[in-house]
Amino acid sequence: MRSIRGNVWKYGDDVNTDVIFPGKYTYTISDPEEMARHALEDLDPDFVGRVQPGDIIVAGKNFGCGSSREQAATCLKYAGVGAIIAVSFARIFYRNAINQGLPALSVPEAAGALKAGQEVTVDLSAGEITSPEGTFSFPPLPEFVMGIMEDGGLIPHVKKSLAEKGAG
Amino acid sequence: MPIPQTISQKILARNAGLEDVSPGQIVTVSPDVILTHDNSAAISGKFAQLGVDRVWDAERPVIVLDHVVPAANEKTAGNHQTIRDFVDRQGIRHFYDVGVGICHQVVPERGHVLPGSLVLGSDSHTTTYGAFGAFAAGIGRSEAAVVWATGTIWLMVPETMVIEIDGTFSAGVYPKDLILYIIGQLGADGALYKAVEFRGPAIAELDISGRMTLCNMSVEMGAKAGIVAADERTMEWLRDRVEGPLEPVISDPDAPVERTIRYDIGELEPQVACPHTVDNVAPVGEVAGTRIHQALVGTCTNGRLDDLRQAAQVLRGSSVAPGVRLLVLPASAQIYRQAMAEGILETLAAAGAIILNPGCGPCLGAHEGVLAPGEVCISTANRNFKGRMGCKEASVYLASPATVAASAAAGTIADPRDRLAH
Repeated sequence: MRSIRGNVWKYGDDVNTDVIFPGKYTYTISDPEEMARHALEDLDPDFVGRVQPGDIIVAGKNFGCGSSREQAATCLKYAGVGAIIAVSFARIFYRNAINQGLPALSVPEAAGALKAGQEVTVDLSAGEITSPEGTFSFPPLPEFVMGIMEDGGLIPHVKKSLAEKGAG
Repeated sequence: MPIPQTISQKILARNAGLEDVSPGQIVTVSPDVILTHDNSAAISGKFAQLGVDRVWDAERPVIVLDHVVPAANEKTAGNHQTIRDFVDRQGIRHFYDVGVGICHQVVPERGHVLPGSLVLGSDSHTTTYGAFGAFAAGIGRSEAAVVWATGTIWLMVPETMVIEIDGTFSAGVYPKDLILYIIGQLGADGALYKAVEFRGPAIAELDISGRMTLCNMSVEMGAKAGIVAADERTMEWLRDRVEGPLEPVISDPDAPVERTIRYDIGELEPQVACPHTVDNVAPVGEVAGTRIHQALVGTCTNGRLDDLRQAAQVLRGSSVAPGVRLLVLPASAQIYRQAMAEGILETLAAAGAIILNPGCGPCLGAHEGVLAPGEVCISTANRNFKGRMGCKEASVYLASPATVAASAAAGTIADPRDRLAH
C-alpha cells in the first residue's frame, strides 16, 4: 500500500480525547476542516499551526483514552497526520482511527525510541518503520482493516460493499 | 465437549451464531440495541453517505437526547431538530426527547437491557449496562451509522479480567470510592481492552445503582466492558421494566481469565480523583481543605435516587458554603419525580443547591455550569481531564455524592464521615 513520510510529534502516556478534541466543540463543530483547527489545542497549542501533511504522532501508552468521540481521530486526520505510532491505544480510539483511514500502529519499541522532529517513513504493506533510530518491524494489519484503510475509511468502504452487493 | 467460557465469550458467541469464541477472535455481531444520543444528527449524516434509505430495523436503535439539553444555542437546537426529523422519517420506535434523562439511565430504566444482551452505543459509558449482566461497549459514530444501515459490526473478543471484592463498606464509603480506588491502583490502562468482571460477596451485596457506578467507570481504566453477573437483585430491578423471560448468563467456573485481582473494602476510605486524570486517586484526607467553587451531584455515574439521597443525608440541616455553587442533576425524569416525592429535592434546595434538569449538564463542558480559569469543581462525574468542564485552566476532582455534598457545605474538599457522624 502507501508509504507515509513526515516528522515526529512526540507525546507521553494517556493522551486523552478531551485534549485531542475538547468536549465543548463536539456539538458545535461538524466540519472536519474546522475540527482540524482545534486538534490537540489543550495539549500542544503549537501543533495546528506547524503540522505538515504526512507527519507522524508518536506516543506512549493508552493513546486516545477517554471519550469515544470520533472527532479525535477525524481532527488529526484532517490536520494532516499520516499515522500514529504508540505503545498502546485505547480501544474505541483505535477503532475510530481505522474507521477514519488513519493508521494506528502499536509498536512499543519504535514509540519509545523515536524523537520529536525526526523524519520517519512508515510502510504499511511491508510492516516497517524507517528512522534515524533504526528500522522497526510490525505485524501486518488484519486484511479487513487494510481494506477499510485502502478505501479511505469505514463509510466509503461499507458504501462500496453495499453498492457491490446491490449490483450483484 | 463445550469449551468453558466467560460471560463475555458466551454473549458474543451466541450473538455471532457461534458455539464458542476465543479472546482475540474477530466476530461479526448484530447488537440487540444500538444507542446514540445528541450525536445522532452527525451519525445520520454518515448514514446518508452509505447509500441506504432505511435503518435496518426500526426497533433496535435507541436515541436519547441528553448531552446538551435543553438546547444551549441555535446550533444545538438545530441538531435536535435534525434528529427528530430523522426519527420521524425512519419510524424509530425508541426515541427519548429532551428531559427524559441521561441515556445510560434511560436505556435500562425503560427496559432496553436484559441479562445476556449485547448493547453497543456511540458513547464510552455504554459500559454501564454491564451492571445487568449484559455485554455493553462503546463504539464510534461511523460504526453506529454502519450498524443502522446493516445491523452488524465487527468486534474483537476481549480477555476477561476478574476483580473480586470482599468485605463490607464502612459508614460514609460507597461504590464510587471503590471504583476510584481500583482505577487509582490499576491505572488508566490497567484493564486495557479487557472485559472486567466484578465478582465476590461485596458485589453480590451491591444494589443495582452501585453496580452501575462500577461498570460505568470501568472504561476509565481502559476496559472494553464492565460486567456484573445477573442475580436475584438484577431480576427484581428488571421485573417491572421488561417483558419476557430473564435468563442470566454466568461465567463457567473453569473458564480461563487473564488474571484475578482481589480487594477487601473493610478499610476503604473515601477517595478523590485529583486533577487532571481519573487515575490520580488519593484518600480524601490528602486533599481535604482545598477550596472549591462548584460542586456537582449527578451524571450517569452518580445521578440516581440513592446518590441524591446520599447527598441529602449529608446536607440535611446544613447550607452550601458561601461562594460555592452546588448543582444537582437527577439522572432521569423518573428519578427527579421520585426525589421530589421523597422530599430529597426539598432538602437539597433548602440547603442552597441549584436543582437542574435531567441531562449530562456540565459534565462535558457544553453548558449548565462551565468553569472559569482558576476555578475548582468537585463532581460525581467520571472524567476530570484538563478542559473537561469547558475551561483548561480549571480543575476538577471526582468523588462520591457524599464527599461532594460534604465539600459543598464546607466550601473546601471535606471528608463526609465527619458530617455523617453527627
